[in-house]
Amino acid sequence: MTNGEIRNIVLAVLKGIAPEIEEGELLPDRPLRDQVDLDSMDWLNFLVALHERLAVDIPEADYRKLTTLDTLIDYLVQKHV
Amino acid sequence: MIEFKLPSLGADMDKGKLLEWRVKPGDRVKRGDIVAVVDTSKVAVDVEIWNDGTVHELIAEPGVTIEVGTVIATLLEPGETSEAAEAARRTRPAPAAVPVQAEPAVIAAATAPAPVGERRRVSPVARRRAVEMGVDAEAVAGTGPHGSVTSEDVERAAAAAKAAPPAAAADRQGQMRRAIAAAMSRSKREIPHYYLSERIALQNATLWLQAENARRPVTERVLMAALFLKAIALACEKYPDMNGLCRDGTFAPAASVHVGVAISLRQGGLIAPAIHDVQQKSLTQLMQDLTDLVKRARAGSLRSSEMSDPTITVTNLGDQGVESVFGVIYPPQAALVGFGRVAEQACVVDGGLRIIPAVMASLAADHRVSDGHRGALFLAEIHRLLQQPETL
Repeated sequence: MTNGEIRNIVLAVLKGIAPEIEEGELLPDRPLRDQVDLDSMDWLNFLVALHERLAVDIPEADYRKLTTLDTLIDYLVQKHV
Repeated sequence: MIEFKLPSLGADMDKGKLLEWRVKPGDRVKRGDIVAVVDTSKVAVDVEIWNDGTVHELIAEPGVTIEVGTVIATLLEPGETSEAAEAARRTRPAPAAVPVQAEPAVIAAATAPAPVGERRRVSPVARRRAVEMGVDAEAVAGTGPHGSVTSEDVERAAAAAKAAPPAAAADRQGQMRRAIAAAMSRSKREIPHYYLSERIALQNATLWLQAENARRPVTERVLMAALFLKAIALACEKYPDMNGLCRDGTFAPAASVHVGVAISLRQGGLIAPAIHDVQQKSLTQLMQDLTDLVKRARAGSLRSSEMSDPTITVTNLGDQGVESVFGVIYPPQAALVGFGRVAEQACVVDGGLRIIPAVMASLAADHRVSDGHRGALFLAEIHRLLQQPETL
């Protein structure tokens, strides 16, 4: 899957959890959780939904690498075979 | 014959609008089945039946707003025939005259309520017309005798609504705001709160959770919030004066611990439905229940028992970044536990300064029911339990 395809899936999943977000207003290189009101339950649901769509299991230890939209997408591209 | 009354769906609800029936006369139902959907000012709630039986008569009509405690349906008890039920009914006063005495959680409404039973006069024709046209008959200005609402009034209201489409979402927001205002004002007026706080080290809990989650798939991961829930419930078993309902100044401890979880809704507002029997559930089960509850609260599909049952409430505001939260008790409960942000803090451990994860836990409790000393012991018990996550 290309970077762009994964980006679309990530944004679709994110919108499912936080319908109020405006895609154009998200800064991809800024911390995601500063821009979108995601509590720990939302974050977990986000990862579960990504797991369902992409079959990628994200261990808890990797959470701190996934701060921005860009790093998250790069991570998923690498993990998704 | 069993009279099924509209149950209370929380302290901030004294009436609800029947949206639809999910059963019809002749249907067999058992305790816990969903029989109707009722709209409160906050969400649409699936109303569960409290008895086993067969639906005899549906008294309330969809579209009508009903006071809590009003008989909305009758059921035949197992083995009872409808003839026997009719005979029994003839010897009894009309159910509509029964004053509000609803069982779970009758709420003496926060604001001076209209006397129970005093309903807007709406002619049956107008009422039916209102349902057809999607108009709230109770909200229509009546021009008939004694201000009663006629079908013309309904049609006029429907035409007006069409001309100016109502800001439904904004109205909903306003209703929710008012409902919260009523419950919280009542709490602050009636409940003499006292507040305590305690910093709880979470190093053991964090390490234990990390190890546990490392071997769980993402779909079964556990959040710290589930540990908090369980610790509260176990502490409630030891300190029953924190867990129960206080009505008319008399406190009744609850037999089980149903923890209300404060859930903020994305469109604004707050709701605190219960997870039942928390003290008996495993962390895995609690996590599933919590995930499911949050999802359904936000989708607006909660069950009546979840709305009326909480015996204590927890609020978790740490994700929003605050260090601590001192809550307002949700009447008629007698306590609320708050958790702030779980963060690395400088703590003295074994005589040395260490940086470890910790959280500020708080208790708001009802001084009519308990004293600060008991509250302190209760918080200390939560502290102790969270040091031994493997026992939760």
